[in-house]
Formats: sequence, structure tokens, C-alpha cells
Amino acid sequence: MSKRNIYWLIFIIALLGLALWSILPVNTKLLGSNGLTLGLDLKGGSQLLYEANLSQKDASVSDAEAMAAVVEKIQRRVNEFGVTEPTIQKLGTNQIVIQLPGVENITRALKLIGETGLLEFREQRFDESGDPVINETTGEPVFGNESATAIGKDGQEKALTGKYLKHAYRDVDPYEGPIIAFEWDSEGAYLFEQITRRNLDKQLAIFVDNEQISAPVVQAVISDRGQIEGRFTLDAAADLANKLNSGALDVPLMLINQRDVDASLGADSIRKSIIAAGIGLVLLLLFMLAYYRLLGLVACFSLGIYGVVLLAIFGFFPITLTLPGIAALILSLGMAVDANVLIFERMKEELRSRRTLGAAVEAGFNRAWPAIRDSNITTFIACIILFWLGGTFGAFMVRGFALTLFVGVALSMFTAIVITRTFLRLIVGSRLVTNLEAYGVKL
Amino acid sequence: MIDFIGKKQWFFLGSAIVIIVMIISLAAFRLEPGIDFTGGTSMTLSFTPQVEQNQLRQELTALGYSEAIVQRSEDNFFIRIKEISPEEKEALISGLETGLDTEVGILDHDTISPVIAAETARNAGIAVAIAAVAMLIYIAWAFRRMPSPFKWGTCAIIALVHDVLIVVGVFAILGQVANVEVNAMFITAVLTVVGYSVNNTVVVFDRIRENRTRGISPDFAVTVNSSLTETLARSMNTSLTTLCVILALLLFGGATIHYFVLALLIGLLSGTYSSLFIAGPLLVIWEKGEWKQMFPWLSSLPKTA
Repeated sequence: MSKRNIYWLIFIIALLGLALWSILPVNTKLLGSNGLTLGLDLKGGSQLLYEANLSQKDASVSDAEAMAAVVEKIQRRVNEFGVTEPTIQKLGTNQIVIQLPGVENITRALKLIGETGLLEFREQRFDESGDPVINETTGEPVFGNESATAIGKDGQEKALTGKYLKHAYRDVDPYEGPIIAFEWDSEGAYLFEQITRRNLDKQLAIFVDNEQISAPVVQAVISDRGQIEGRFTLDAAADLANKLNSGALDVPLMLINQRDVDASLGADSIRKSIIAAGIGLVLLLLFMLAYYRLLGLVACFSLGIYGVVLLAIFGFFPITLTLPGIAALILSLGMAVDANVLIFERMKEELRSRRTLGAAVEAGFNRAWPAIRDSNITTFIACIILFWLGGTFGAFMVRGFALTLFVGVALSMFTAIVITRTFLRLIVGSRLVTNLEAYGVKL
Repeated sequence: MIDFIGKKQWFFLGSAIVIIVMIISLAAFRLEPGIDFTGGTSMTLSFTPQVEQNQLRQELTALGYSEAIVQRSEDNFFIRIKEISPEEKEALISGLETGLDTEVGILDHDTISPVIAAETARNAGIAVAIAAVAMLIYIAWAFRRMPSPFKWGTCAIIALVHDVLIVVGVFAILGQVANVEVNAMFITAVLTVVGYSVNNTVVVFDRIRENRTRGISPDFAVTVNSSLTETLARSMNTSLTTLCVILALLLFGGATIHYFVLALLIGLLSGTYSSLFIAGPLLVIWEKGEWKQMFPWLSSLPKTA
């Protein structure tokens, strides 16, 4: 046994130990203490893709600033909503992709996230003789189309909107039920005082996103605080308070893709994939043993290590596992065998041409290497293009497949070149097995 | 030794017939585009107690979704309708629950706006085109020490197009006879087949390159033929092992990825075949300038080079 082989063997054992340590115990949370990171298609949840209408943003901010502000506000809303491990990311220049794992009430989440949340006040309209304008069909007073304005502390005329809120929260009024109570900041209080003063004993309508919530009669001049009544449910009041606190979105959003997966379907997919992987793996190993004998056994061991290390990589980084990703994992097993097959076929050719075992091992690897290298690069190219494609429309399934296949094929090259080679050198070097039939060669 | 090169006309003829059938079905049937490419809403619904497909179809029509596509998927139903809003979705589900007197579970739901769907379709096309060009350039580079490496690249690309056409053609037929739709995962499968097809071809070419450099025979046809024979065991074994895992996925992996895996399987079989019986023999014809013998009418054309 040469020193080089001993070093490699120590390295392989250390690698296997490290990988095993990171994925055991298997029973908690699917492999290891932290568990594998599962995609929405496996653990259930929703993915929302929004497109922002940047033409409606404030001209003083750049597109990127407006998008960053929107992402931050959605982040706040989602955190308040209470979803575990949500992800909110900007995609391209004007899209936002939101993942909500395990979300139960998606309709509620949609209203919370996608609606702008612009709070404003509108004053009653009066005709020339000073009488209030009344809508003839409903009998309700008519309100202006513009938000109520007042003179700010700096002397400029300003519309009073949600941006001057200090804080909003859900409260429960004994008569009205759930309400939203709010406090103004000092500028808001200054504006609100002027507006309530001139609307004393008149109705003042409260609008959120151009929809009238309520129109109470102003009974006193108030400045720093107020409340919104509107026959809310508890959830609706909480969500509106949440929206007002996060601030109105800087640009309107349009939902362009919604994908929901039920957790039960995900669990079913995992179960079926594990069965499929198990059956596939057993068939593959049996074939290798039957055809390549001792070499096949070596391949089984290196594939075993390959599987353990691959799972450890997935847990460590972590790479999100999706259903197509599992398919890629299983497919990469087939490709991992390819490198071994290429090497073994070369070795057998060398043995048939009456080389010694040791020489055949070395020649087999050296001659198979260019084919292994050049052929796997084509799979890498396909993976990189797929990864790009998946990113253009938030297709986490496509990305999951591409990333998994890439990692799997890269690791399979390493396994074949390092692990299989070391095992073979050790076996051949030990001179325990010299019968060529054990290598599947008949002379 | 198997006579790959001597019988090449038969392999070409076989492939040509298959490819022509595929092109005709593609032209006649087109692919059935899924909502990823057209926009719309699809859902997988479970019903307790179970309902019949006809009942479900009637109820959907009554609710105003007469154009709905309804398919049974194991114990559940897959439905595809035009793009609907979250409110319309709620109304549809509660309408089904009252109309069919059953409890409806939404196992998955996908709504895609036609705006992004059009972009996805375009990007998918771009991706496949970029992949093919990238493969051509890569092979030309990998075989740069051979005379005229672009011939090698082009032969690999012809084998690739052969494989992709077969996968796409089979799905055009499946779309016609079984309403099988193509979606983003189908494109993923096609791109994987692209990688796999060239992967196989490169292994075969690598052996041709090596044998040519060693100068095993002055006749390129003999060189290629022995290279193909030598790599045959590898090609078969790798295909068989990959086939083991893909078949397991196809049979036990569940409905969600069924057609994705089927596309991979077809690509795998075609990719193995074309690397041995198409790419290698093509290279011989091109290197030896045998085009005119195979296609006599070519000689009647004016010479351009």
C-alpha cells in the first residue's frame, strides 16, 4: 500500500464520517438535526409572483428604490401575519416573488400582501346653496374624489394620508366590535386638527385604496389620535392595522402567478419518491454487481458514499429540495454510475490485452478521464441554461432541478475519480483478489 | 465486430422515417400548451365523497366553465380553466361543494397571467436555442485538435435535434390522443435530454478521437466502426442503469412528475441510439465526402466550394 493511497483513504473516511454526522439521525425532520430544506411543492404552501406598475411610482425615486421599499413593506406585513420562513425577493426589474410555506388562509394573505393600503380622508360635497349633495339612489352623502388636504407645518398644502401615522393597532370597541385605532405623528396631528375643525358636525369619509370604509360625523376637533370603524372581523381589522403600519405600497402590484400546493400532496410526493428511489437504486446496484462482480461491489460502495455526501451537501448549504430536484437526484445516480462504467470498461479492455491488474487500473482511469470530463461538461451547460430559464419566471421547480443535477453530476465525477480509484488501488495493491473472473473478464 | 458503418443507410432510413412521422404529427397536432405558456388556472381537486367525471363536468358547465378541461389523476381530478381571480376561485369551490354535495380539497392550484405566460414561452424557446449553440461551440472546442472540429460539433447537433424531435413529436401525439399538456417541466426535460444526448455523443467521439490519434486504421470508417464497437458496452450499461432509476420513477414516482419522467425516458433511449447509429456514421460520411454517393442528385447541383 502506497502512502498516497493511505492518505486518500483517510480523507474518504473523514469525508464519510463528516457527512454521516451531518445527516444523522435520519428520523428527525427528514435527515439530520436541521433537516433538508424542502421546497413548497414538498412541504405545502403558496408562491405568489407580483408585477409592479412602475409607471405609477413617485417620480423623485428610482425604480430600484421604489421596488426595495415595496419589498421591505411586504416583508413587514408578512412577518406580522405570522408565516414561518417566508421569502420575499425582487425578480428582474419589476417583479416580486413571495413564498409562504404552510400558509393556511391564502385568500387572506393575498389581500394583506397585494393591496396598496393607502389611507385617506375625503370631505363631503356641497352644492352652490351650501346643502350637502346626496346620492339619489342610496340616500348617502357624496364625498369628493380628492383626499382632504391642510397646510403643513412648513406652510405647504399636503394631503393627509397613512404616511403620517405613528402607529395603528386593532382594538375592540364595546359597541362597534373590532376597530382600528391609530395615532398620528406630529405633522399628521397638525393636519388632522385643521381637517376635523373645518368638518365639525359634518361627515368625514375614511377611504382605504379608494374604497370607503366608513363616514363618521366629526363630533370634536381632534388631533393626535382617531379610530376606524367598519364592521370588521377580528382578522380583517388586524390585517388593515398591519397594512397601515407597514405603509402604503409605493407602486400598485398585480398578481401574475399564484401557485398553491397542499401539504398532503407534498407528503405524498415525498413518500412516492422515496419508494421510487429505493427500487431504482436496488435494481441499479444489482445490475452492477451481476455485470461487474468485484468492480460492481466497489461501485456500490462509492455510490453509497456518493449518496451520503450528496445529502450532506444538501443539508449543509442548504439547497432547497423540490420534487423535480428529487428526480434530478435519482437521475444523477444513473449518471454517477456512468463514470464508473466508463472506467470499468476501460479496465477490462486493458486486462483483456494482458496488462497486469495494477497497470489496468491506472490505464483505465487515465483513458476514461477525458470522456468523463468532456461528456459531463455538456450536462453542466444544460444545467446553467436551465437555471437561468427558471430564474426568469420564478419557477423554483425548474431551478431546483437544474441546481440538483449540477451538484449531483459534479459530485459523481469526484466520486469516480477519487473514491472508486482509491478503493480499486487498495484492492489491487493488497493482492487479495487476483482472479480475473472476479473483475468480470474472461481470457 | 458489429458493422455500424456498413449498414448506416438502414439506420438513417429508420431514423428518417421516425423523424418524418414526428414532424408530421408536430405539424398536424401541435403541442398542447399548458397554462405555463398560455395563462389560465389549473387545480388538482379531491372530493369526499368521490364524484364521477361526468358529474364534475356538468357542474363546471353549470357554474359557467363550459370550456373546462377535466382529467382524472389517480383518485383526484385535474381541471384547467381560464385565468380566474382568488374571489372567483372561492366561488367556484363553494359552487362545486353545494352543487355536488361533497367536500372539495384543493391539492394544488396554479394561476398564471397570460402576460407572463407569453414571456415564459419565448424564454423557453431561447433557452433551447442557446443550449444547442452552446453545445456546438463546446464540442468544436473539445475536439479542436481534430481536423474540422465543426463537423464533429454539427454531427452531435444533428443527433441532438434527432432526439429532441422524437421527444417533442411523441408529446404532440400524446397531446392529441390523451390531452397531455407541455409545461415548464417539459422544457426542463427537453433541456436535460439535450445535455444527455450530447453527453453520449461526446463519449463516442472521444473514443474516435483517441483511436484516430493512435492511428489504428488508415480508413476513417474502420476507425469509427471499432470505436463504436468498443464503446457499445459502456453505452448499453450506462443506459441500462439510468433506465433502472428512470423506470422506477415512472412507475412509482406519482402523477405529478409522470410526464416529465416519460420525456426523460424517451430522450434517454433516443440519445443512446443516436450517439451510436447516427452521430458516428454521419461523421464518416462527412469526413469522407460520401454525401454524393448517398444522395446522387446532389452531384447535379452546381458546385459552390
